[in-house]
Amino acid sequence: METIAVGCGAGFSGDRCDAAPPVVRTLIERGGPAALIFENLAERTLAHQQLARRADPSRGYEPLLLDYLRPVLADCLRHGIAIVGNFGAANPQGAARAIEGLAAELGLPTPRIGIVEGDDLSDPRGRALVRAQLGGDFDETGFVCANAYQGAFEIAQALRAGAQVVVTGRVADPSLALGPAIAHYGWSATDWDALAGATMAGHLLECGAQVSGGYFADPGYKDVPGLEDVGFPIAEIAADGSCIITKASGTGGLVDCRTVKEQLLYEVHDPAAYLTPDVVADITQATVTQLGPHRVRLAGVRGHPRPPTLKALAYFDGGWLGEAEISYAGPNAEARARLAMDVMQRRMGARMPLRFDLIGVLSILGDDGNRLLQALPAGDSRDVRLRVASRHEDVRQIDLLLREVTALWTGGPGGGGGVRTAKRQRLSNRACFIPREQVPARYTLA
Amino acid sequence: MTQTRLYDLAHARTGDKGNQANISLIAYREKDYPLLVQQVTCERVAQHFGARQPTQVRRYLLPLLGAINFVLEDVLDGGVNDSLNLDMHGKSLSFHLLEMRIDAQETSPDNQETP
Repeated sequence: METIAVGCGAGFSGDRCDAAPPVVRTLIERGGPAALIFENLAERTLAHQQLARRADPSRGYEPLLLDYLRPVLADCLRHGIAIVGNFGAANPQGAARAIEGLAAELGLPTPRIGIVEGDDLSDPRGRALVRAQLGGDFDETGFVCANAYQGAFEIAQALRAGAQVVVTGRVADPSLALGPAIAHYGWSATDWDALAGATMAGHLLECGAQVSGGYFADPGYKDVPGLEDVGFPIAEIAADGSCIITKASGTGGLVDCRTVKEQLLYEVHDPAAYLTPDVVADITQATVTQLGPHRVRLAGVRGHPRPPTLKALAYFDGGWLGEAEISYAGPNAEARARLAMDVMQRRMGARMPLRFDLIGVLSILGDDGNRLLQALPAGDSRDVRLRVASRHEDVRQIDLLLREVTALWTGGPGGGGGVRTAKRQRLSNRACFIPREQVPARYTLA
Repeated sequence: MTQTRLYDLAHARTGDKGNQANISLIAYREKDYPLLVQQVTCERVAQHFGARQPTQVRRYLLPLLGAINFVLEDVLDGGVNDSLNLDMHGKSLSFHLLEMRIDAQETSPDNQETP
């Protein structure tokens, strides 16, 4: 049986819109069965789309959906490359209608679109399931939404039923790539090793360029050619679930053992038990081998029976984040920035917890308790930007904080300039695990 | 005894989940892996990230990959939804780990890893 190639067109909501076309061209040149996945749902993205849908029922799917698909839809349909994306977000039906509209705009026949649903737990029934798991942690008044992570089999069923495009809401990210592999090879739900291997192929693909030179380059140590044109990855998934990772032809970037190993362990905790809705993958015996330029084989992934529960994330109102900055330069700049920090602490410190950063001195490795900053002896940096950040459930308190930093312009240390302020509403989340039979996924053909 | 930065022996990547960070540490050369296993212990990593006050550090060995995976609990000030850090994911923490210095010639067999 021919090997299936699965390419990645996006690794998060907001990823580059010009990444997919070279992937599709490469899949076409290669020939044979192929799929293109779009992973557009970080943890918080879905909650933001739930809010967008409430404001406007026609929205709630990936805002860049049409920008992603416009340059590749015709080629994918013409060459039988299945498109699978979680760009349905909080409104898979709406996304399907938008894709139909795009096809019409491009003069293409209406594509057969599969829609995978069942993940949304925001209605009263779903909310009750989540409440039962979270108990006292369930914030009744602050509840925004909840979604369960669905698996790959409904995606595979939709493809086998003839879908050319599959739109999902929340599914486990690797399941986007596993679905087409299941549909192609006809794996059963207990082919654990094959499912696990293809799951890790999906894991390597799901963050887009992170396996092909992105989030990697370090000049002089880990050089990546043509990073400005980094090519997105393609996994050639074999019948046993092992895969070869490569990338779009004619692009920059790098696929080697180092990039693959880094991404293989990305967001992994226990490497013997990487949990997805489809399988528990074990990479402790996995091997990574360079076969040629930009061709790396992953083999030896083992699988164990899938968990009896599905992970769900519930989102609650998380109050407000406010942050503001002001700059100081030249002689004694750091001392003036520290004086501004002291002024803010005295005026606002009793009202809310303040985090301070001295950008140019210490601003990344520090902690919200300011312990590292306090332990750091004052230096003589001459180019310093003070950042003040806080959180509060009451937006008026955050507005007050931002006005206070702004007032440093006229009432703070000498030479303070360039005040910028920003605030945004936050969503906090809680994870829980729900018996899978209580959250059945389903697919329909639009 | 020569002191060497991890940066010269290995590369690393951070991922986040909630308030936990995982940091992979991957030897450039196979021959350096035992040195990493021997010296980059959970205790040393916890100490290295002391300002973030990890409540627990776990490590998982992947000898076939020449890699160690560290999981640091409660080091992200609540994580991406709650932290006030500019780098709320902790993505830059991998390079902080690489600043750790270890003894490059340490091969004493009685200096085994602590559980």
